[in-house]
Amino acid sequence: MRKRLPVLLLVFLCSFTIYAQEYFPKNDGVKTTDHHYTAFTNAKIYITPTRVIDNGTLLIQKGRVIAAGSRVSVPANSIVVDLEGKHIYPSFIDIYSEFGIQKPARPGRGRRSPQYDASRKGFYWNDHIMPEKNAFDKFSFDTKKAGELLRAGFGTVNAHVADGIVRGTSVLVALDSLDTHHMRVLDEKAAQHLSFAKSIASAQNYPTSLMGAMALIRQMYKDAEWYAGGNAENRDMSLEALNANKSLPQIFDAGSYQNDLRASGIAGEFGLAYILKGGGDEYQRIREIKATGASFILPLDFPEAYDVTDPYQAGKVSLADMRLWNQVPGNPAALAKNGVPFAFTLSGLEKTADFKTNLLRAIDYGLDKTKALEALTTVPAGLLGKSDIGNLNNGSYASFLITSGDIFDKETTLYENWVLGEKYTITDRNIKDIRGEYTLNAGGKTYTLNITGEPASPKPELKSDTTKLSSRLTYENGWLNLFFSPETEGSGFLRLSGHVTTPETFGGKALLANGTEGSWTATRKSAYDEKEKKEKEEKFVPEAVPVTFPNKAYGFSELPKQENILFKNATVWTSEEEGILENTDVLVKNGKISRIGKDLSAGGATVIDATGKHLTAGIIDEHSHIAAASINEAGHNSSAEVIMEDVIDADDINIYRNLSGGVTSIQILHGSANPIGGRSAIIKLKWGLPAEKLIYGNSPKFIKFALGENVKQSNWGDTQTIRFPQSRMGVEQVYTDYFQRAKEYDAKKKSGKPYRFDYEMETLAEIINKERFITCHSYVQSEINMLMKVAERFNFPVNTFTHILEGYKVADKMKEHGVLGASTFSDWWAYKYEVNDAIPYNAAIMQSQGLNVAINSDDAEMSRRLNQEAGKTVKYGGVSEEEAWKMVTINPARMLHLDDRVGSIKEGKDADIVLWSDHPLSVYAIAEKTFIEGVPYYDYETMKQMQASIARERNKLINQMIEAKNKGMKTQAPKQKEEKHFHCDTEVYGI
Amino acid sequence: MKIHKNIFFFILLLSCTVTSAQQTPAAKQTESVLITGATAHIGNGNVIEDSAIGFKDGKISYAGPQSGVSASEYNKVINAPGKHVYPGFIAANSTLGLVEVDAVRASNDQADTGDLIPHVRSLIAYNAESKIVESCRPNGILMAQVAPRGGLISGTSSVVQLDAWNWEDAAIKTDDGIHMHWPNAFRSEGWGFSGPSEFKPNKEYEKEIQAITTFISGAKAYLKGDKAPKNLPYEAVSGLFDGSQKLYINTDGEKEITDAVNFAKENGIRNIVIVGGGEAHKVADLLVKNNIPVLLSRPHRLPSGEDDNVKQPYMLAKMLSDKGILVGLEMSGAMERMNTRNLPFYAGTFAAYGLDKEKAVQIITENNARILGINDFSGTLETGKDATLFISEGDALDMRTNILSHAFIQGREISLESHQTKLWKRYMGKYEAGR
Repeated sequence: MRKRLPVLLLVFLCSFTIYAQEYFPKNDGVKTTDHHYTAFTNAKIYITPTRVIDNGTLLIQKGRVIAAGSRVSVPANSIVVDLEGKHIYPSFIDIYSEFGIQKPARPGRGRRSPQYDASRKGFYWNDHIMPEKNAFDKFSFDTKKAGELLRAGFGTVNAHVADGIVRGTSVLVALDSLDTHHMRVLDEKAAQHLSFAKSIASAQNYPTSLMGAMALIRQMYKDAEWYAGGNAENRDMSLEALNANKSLPQIFDAGSYQNDLRASGIAGEFGLAYILKGGGDEYQRIREIKATGASFILPLDFPEAYDVTDPYQAGKVSLADMRLWNQVPGNPAALAKNGVPFAFTLSGLEKTADFKTNLLRAIDYGLDKTKALEALTTVPAGLLGKSDIGNLNNGSYASFLITSGDIFDKETTLYENWVLGEKYTITDRNIKDIRGEYTLNAGGKTYTLNITGEPASPKPELKSDTTKLSSRLTYENGWLNLFFSPETEGSGFLRLSGHVTTPETFGGKALLANGTEGSWTATRKSAYDEKEKKEKEEKFVPEAVPVTFPNKAYGFSELPKQENILFKNATVWTSEEEGILENTDVLVKNGKISRIGKDLSAGGATVIDATGKHLTAGIIDEHSHIAAASINEAGHNSSAEVIMEDVIDADDINIYRNLSGGVTSIQILHGSANPIGGRSAIIKLKWGLPAEKLIYGNSPKFIKFALGENVKQSNWGDTQTIRFPQSRMGVEQVYTDYFQRAKEYDAKKKSGKPYRFDYEMETLAEIINKERFITCHSYVQSEINMLMKVAERFNFPVNTFTHILEGYKVADKMKEHGVLGASTFSDWWAYKYEVNDAIPYNAAIMQSQGLNVAINSDDAEMSRRLNQEAGKTVKYGGVSEEEAWKMVTINPARMLHLDDRVGSIKEGKDADIVLWSDHPLSVYAIAEKTFIEGVPYYDYETMKQMQASIARERNKLINQMIEAKNKGMKTQAPKQKEEKHFHCDTEVYGI
Repeated sequence: MKIHKNIFFFILLLSCTVTSAQQTPAAKQTESVLITGATAHIGNGNVIEDSAIGFKDGKISYAGPQSGVSASEYNKVINAPGKHVYPGFIAANSTLGLVEVDAVRASNDQADTGDLIPHVRSLIAYNAESKIVESCRPNGILMAQVAPRGGLISGTSSVVQLDAWNWEDAAIKTDDGIHMHWPNAFRSEGWGFSGPSEFKPNKEYEKEIQAITTFISGAKAYLKGDKAPKNLPYEAVSGLFDGSQKLYINTDGEKEITDAVNFAKENGIRNIVIVGGGEAHKVADLLVKNNIPVLLSRPHRLPSGEDDNVKQPYMLAKMLSDKGILVGLEMSGAMERMNTRNLPFYAGTFAAYGLDKEKAVQIITENNARILGINDFSGTLETGKDATLFISEGDALDMRTNILSHAFIQGREISLESHQTKLWKRYMGKYEAGR
């Protein structure tokens, strides 16, 4: 801190030139005008990162560049600054800044009821949508912070209020503390900012999830379009602002590669181009990132190494987290290599001072220096559509840096940061470098004085012969003060003072310990050796560990390929009329089940001897909550507008764990926080592939509904009593209301009359039109019956009841209604009041009454052994083994409308198959191999081998981190990310 | 297919006894019983094919080959060829009878307030008429340790048999041990806005251990003195020092287990049991050396980290057993009351992943009995022990074949019906009648 002090002063005590504005009155003197030029000559000038003039001249006037080049004529009325050997760069731009903006505060919240409605009037119905806010109105120039930024080389920042989903406009500001020219606000509406995160300033409940935020953004754009058409009766200043801000650059704070892809998806739907503020992990899915075509804003907050000195604690850090430390600094290089444009931001850095260290680290990881400079100058300028910042072309703002050399060299000194033609001195350019070894004569004695450190803050090392003496040195404005105590203790201090004219030899007045005056001289014996210092601070770039898909334990370094396979001599559980076939061959070709029979010829296919083993179709889990970033949108009693496909987390380790239990397809359901939930995602567990590749092509459309305790918020605490419904009676009314409205909406839409596009109504109308199917979370018989009756009133059947724990009480009614699927637990009960009468015989009873029954998991743990859960139906109620097996294969396939593609071993179907070591319903069965479309995504033996390679890689990374720590790099305490295990009632926002 | 089902249902109706809300506890054994021809799983790792198991006055009088006993010595012979006889399975560290419905607070009696409350006794809250208790018996679970939860020292457990009018009749070992939850050296800071937070080194770890140590030292000093005025918590732990009670230490981590073992040794606590033991394999030598058993957590849980072998929890029993550690199985975890009936399948899962099948049986019979200190009268099919046993149609560790025809607790033939079988029969009856 002490070291920084002189620098701070320098930044602020600079220019005091007074310019008067033409039309401003003047009362404190005579009005003066000054048209002088400043010419910087003999410098290496980076007009742009790629247009560099050696030995050129930069001419500026009134805050703007007049000319820059090698043949610039310097007018007579110029102040000429000779910059021989120095470099000039356009100053840096931070496009994603919060400079001068005070973040809104979280309102004080006591124990009170949730807030469902907006707290504003005349604006959008959701408080988190604030396009009408302008950062300019909240902006207050922060001189102290400006100094910090100037020292880091920044001259212009685009400041916004980082709060809310739509955050309003940002203000583009030059960091000109003095603002002599009254022009530092370069653009009061430079860009519009968005994110997936709610405002902390509002307690409005909706959205409570990532997919809710995404749905809200979509609806908002639709509403804005509709509003622009003059269709609204009300005034909505948010939508007006949104429409007005449409032409601005749209900056979206995504924060991770997954959210980059989510945001870019929305942008695509609405023909927008978001500039994505990434998370630094984009390299993990660089192909998909490149395919977005978006420009990025990259943070430089690279993870610190974990302090792994305690092996017990080190054991808690996951391989994925260790890899981040190893890989993330290479993110900018990876994007550059793939031609993805990006700008850098300081956002996320704990200390602005870390900027250069981390930027150099990115360069050490292979980032090209020109790209780095572009990411700080021309790219952010271009993203903001500004041609007069980030370069030194004629007419551009005179915001530039003067350095001692290559700005990306660690040793380079930043002398001056000029902003709009005003000089801010960082390090005195004219400072005489007094570093070196001197012979010091003072008080009649001779000492050796070795001066090291930085030119502006030199450090003394004083010796008398070989005895080290403690000393202090200050060096400011050419004056050097040195004081020390000579050898003998308690003899007081010797104080030396003098002006340095030449660093070779200088001297001045000495005040001896006894108070008498004398003189002193210092004569340089040898100059300072920079190299020596460099060698001491060797940098550490660990050998990069390869990225896998996904980038964590059990990820593939190369994605597995589709194989043609002949399973010989297996016990084949067809899940079809054919039943269980002994000693049978199954041929898989081109991802499909090609032939089933005896003694089939391989015809080039790989032969797997399945003697004594069992071959089945892959298990289908009708009710899953794995592989999702969030599960519940609980902010409204209906959230039909939210889409689980938006929040698939393809990197969830539970995908792999499910494969290890023979599961190949799942329906990711919305939770049960409200009567009308969200649209399902039906996916195949193609471990290693990105989220969008997991979703079934031409996927059947589903939506989650829910009944009972969860939707009436029975177990949510005493404050959650204001949302309708609070009783089963209310649930019926919610359905009736929404279906009635959807019916009217649909009729209006079909009539050709103008209508307000409503995602929620669209979804519900699909149900009425039998294009989308309901899976309803259900427990007690009364409500099950109720939903069927409501559906009958609107003339559609309920496709699936899930959980359906009292289905056995109304199995006859369900059959009569035409329920296509009853998907239940094998034996869960006793966790809530409404499962008092849940019995493990449920599946057997419903099956006996002709219902299509499935056994589901709703649980990341149980889903890995759904085969055993199906086995329980044999025990509880005596279901035949063949039928029991269907309950986890063809039956769920049928209720998901996927039975023409998966769910059984049948010629022509997808080769989603599992090889079991034993009878698949038995507790002893181990899934040895799991294939999806002929691709081996899981193999028990391979998993065990991978475990060993994971251990080796962990060890390598731990050693690297120990080395990093030894080399003085910063470390952080070990931590273990808590795994997300979702159930129906889990509420997690999911960013 | 349909015909088969109807026959099955007919048999079912025939077997339907009078059902009421709760099953009536069976009366004392008066008739001697001999089960013949079954495969007997003794519980100590041995199997007797074509066996005979005889019991009189609640105690096993014969367990051996059928050829070694005369059926005429018994009032009643159950001929069970092709079937399997097992000692009653024992659920250790359960909360059976302490909570009826998880989400209904009024039904929850599993924990009390306070960090150091060893004097709190689970037995008196044990609801012998719990519907959940009843649902465990048809799966072969006939005895359970009922343990309190929460805090650092949660209270005192007891062991019960699952067919009783009240807790007093149910108790087979009263106040068998003290349950302690060892602090975690790594701990999570709860859930944040964006989801679950991270586990970080627990800065309070030493302090929390200190709280336990201070309490135990205080107890020791108190017990050496005149014990006046009476101190209930200190009085409650006296059995730890004379060896009459066990200390069940719930902990998983390698470091925590090591610290817990050292704590017990330093404080003269004679019998400890590690409960959970997720990383016990990493400190196996320490456990073997100190002769400390482990009650493993239910294997039906996810691995503790994404880097772990995806089957890791399934493999633990084999790993520990191979090291020579006495391994049992405990019940704590998600939805633990209702899941207690899955105890045999947890053992079966251990068997699927390397453990010998009879050793898997042993875990939930003899081993659990030894760990709970009830092996002198239960845990195996051996002469002189309680006749707490059952007959299954097939392998009782496999859900396909765990189908009980008879179960006896201390010789009393208990009902295998429950609230759930009653509803099953009632609704099947409704549909059959409607046809």
